[in-house]
Amino acid sequence: MSTTDGPTLIPDDASAQEIADREAKMRQRKGWFPGLSDKWNALPRQTQWLILIVVVVLAYLLPILNPPLITTEPGNNWQIALAQMSVYALVAVGLNVVVGYAGLLDLGYVAFFALGSYTAAMFTSPDSPYVHIPYLWTLPLAMAVAMFFGVVLGVPTLRLRGDYLAIVTLGFGEIVRILATIIPAMKGQVGFQNVGHPPGTDSSGQTIFQNSNGTPWYWLTLTIIIVVLLAAGNLERSRVGRAWIAIREDEDAAEIMGVPTFKYKVWAFAIGASVGGLSGALFAGQVGFVNNQKFDIATSILFVAAVVMGGTGNKVGAILGGALVAYIPLRFTAIAEFKYLIFGAALVIIMIFRPGGLLPARQSLLAYGRLAYNKLKGAVGDIPPSGKVVLEPGKGADK
Amino acid sequence: MSEAIEPDIDVDALKEQGVDLDVAEKVAPEREIATKVGEALVQVQDLTIKFGGLVALDNVTFDINRGEILGLIGPNGAGKTTCFNAMTGVYKPTSGKVLLEGQLLNGLPQHKITRRGLARTFQNIRLFGEMTALENVVVGLDARHRTSVGGALLRLPTHVREEKTSIERGMALLEFVGIADHAHFLSRHLPYGYQRRLEIARALATDPKVLCLDEPAAGFNPAEKEELMALIRTIRDDGYTVLLIEHDMKLVMGVTDRIVVLEFGKKIADALPKIIRDDPKVISAYLGEPEDDLA
Repeated sequence: MSTTDGPTLIPDDASAQEIADREAKMRQRKGWFPGLSDKWNALPRQTQWLILIVVVVLAYLLPILNPPLITTEPGNNWQIALAQMSVYALVAVGLNVVVGYAGLLDLGYVAFFALGSYTAAMFTSPDSPYVHIPYLWTLPLAMAVAMFFGVVLGVPTLRLRGDYLAIVTLGFGEIVRILATIIPAMKGQVGFQNVGHPPGTDSSGQTIFQNSNGTPWYWLTLTIIIVVLLAAGNLERSRVGRAWIAIREDEDAAEIMGVPTFKYKVWAFAIGASVGGLSGALFAGQVGFVNNQKFDIATSILFVAAVVMGGTGNKVGAILGGALVAYIPLRFTAIAEFKYLIFGAALVIIMIFRPGGLLPARQSLLAYGRLAYNKLKGAVGDIPPSGKVVLEPGKGADK
Repeated sequence: MSEAIEPDIDVDALKEQGVDLDVAEKVAPEREIATKVGEALVQVQDLTIKFGGLVALDNVTFDINRGEILGLIGPNGAGKTTCFNAMTGVYKPTSGKVLLEGQLLNGLPQHKITRRGLARTFQNIRLFGEMTALENVVVGLDARHRTSVGGALLRLPTHVREEKTSIERGMALLEFVGIADHAHFLSRHLPYGYQRRLEIARALATDPKVLCLDEPAAGFNPAEKEELMALIRTIRDDGYTVLLIEHDMKLVMGVTDRIVVLEFGKKIADALPKIIRDDPKVISAYLGEPEDDLA
């Protein structure tokens, strides 16, 4: 908007129409599928759930369907590719909390991924001299360890802003990788073999969770992604999500409006880190081998690229971005060695033509906002001059 | 001390017409202010701020009494906004104190000062652009909410209750400032005038004891200024105390109960509007010294 238009104070139909037009224009400019999110939001709740269930079932069937053209075979095993894609998708969902919601550029996210991997490896691998625990227990443990280090990193550094924070996190990513090299207990390049896996054998006595069979790992990770998505959705539509977005939009204003910005930045870091640790543990289990070679800065940048490509701040977009980043080099093996070149170029192109990412979406930040908004949208035109919108008391507080 | 406060609007007549004025009841049902009406709610004592060698505020002392609209005026660069920023914790005072209901505010983090009951708007609008109008207001309401990560993850009953009431209270506030039918638009898409009103709604949402408005009428035409002043009076009549920074003298004279005048960081006057109007020091601060004085 321009201040030269002259301010208008009294709400009237013309101004409402003007804003609606402006919003419609914004959407068209942004989207490849204009109005898709509007259409989605206009659907009744039941229909939305039905569509979601179909999508989820299809996602679970992917390793069995092995759809032609999309499949990564013959170059790479499709099931294992899916397992890796799902791990990257989970990473992107976690990083999205930090980068997408709170707007904190974390270039060392791979450190938390590494911490998770090493937690899983050091407590399950026969190469490790320490206590051994069942693999599934390492998942919450990896989350806790990564979260702890997220807070340790966050408390001193989150007073920094923007570029400074990015540089500090970049350094942290390197520190973890270098520590893995120089600390004897972490076994540097030799690493840990035969990392554990969830228990269970099939009818013929074969282990279900084998390193060579991606399907069960994919299903496990997919299930975890769904749980994490539900949790992230709950956070988004709450005081926490609003605080994050407010910090991203204008940190000083947020602080003055009573948001304890530092506390919520540390929370964003801690939650993001714990999801990173979880995905690291899953990755270690699926691959079965952990050493210091997998956690370099380039991987970290790839994670950020996944979030930015998918759509910063949109959790579904992050899943898409994460899966794509893993998928493209596996599908097009001929160009796999140029993957950083390709992702770099793709990022530049996306930023120019589609700055919101592939799936830009606004967060809905109110748990019960749908009700109020739909009422408003339905009522445009017959709103009394006072602009009064009464929420039915029954729906307001049914406790 | 200011005069007894007489509402300028006939509240009863408006209520009979079905106009719902008492936003305070809706948005702040549990407000407790120990200070009695007319007594000092905020005390600014010997406030001094230095930026290097520049003295931006020099031993400024004034009170804000509960229930009044206090105007803070002065020529450009007089230190009005600096004073605001020192009160709300943006700047650390070089010396001096700011007390709210007798409690020291100096050194508290900004968000805690807001929760103590000192809310403000910005001279240059600073809304959360990617949020809808309603969401902006709910961020303000969150200042009084208790749930954090645990409550939101598990959808505890407190969280659910807070979320539900915050929508009703948020809509009530938007209705109060007159932009309820724009609640679902992104705040950066709203026209300028609405954005200013939304800022006031967001600040009111934090349930302040004192509402500080930093040039809320900047960029408005006279008719809009008039409406805004009516809104500010209504806010005061609902039990809020208002500190108003404003340039437009006519407007300040029309709405405030008492005026503090700053010039070059010093307080040069503190009196009722009609006295300020004829104060030679104030006139010379705004218009310069008469020529024969210079000679």
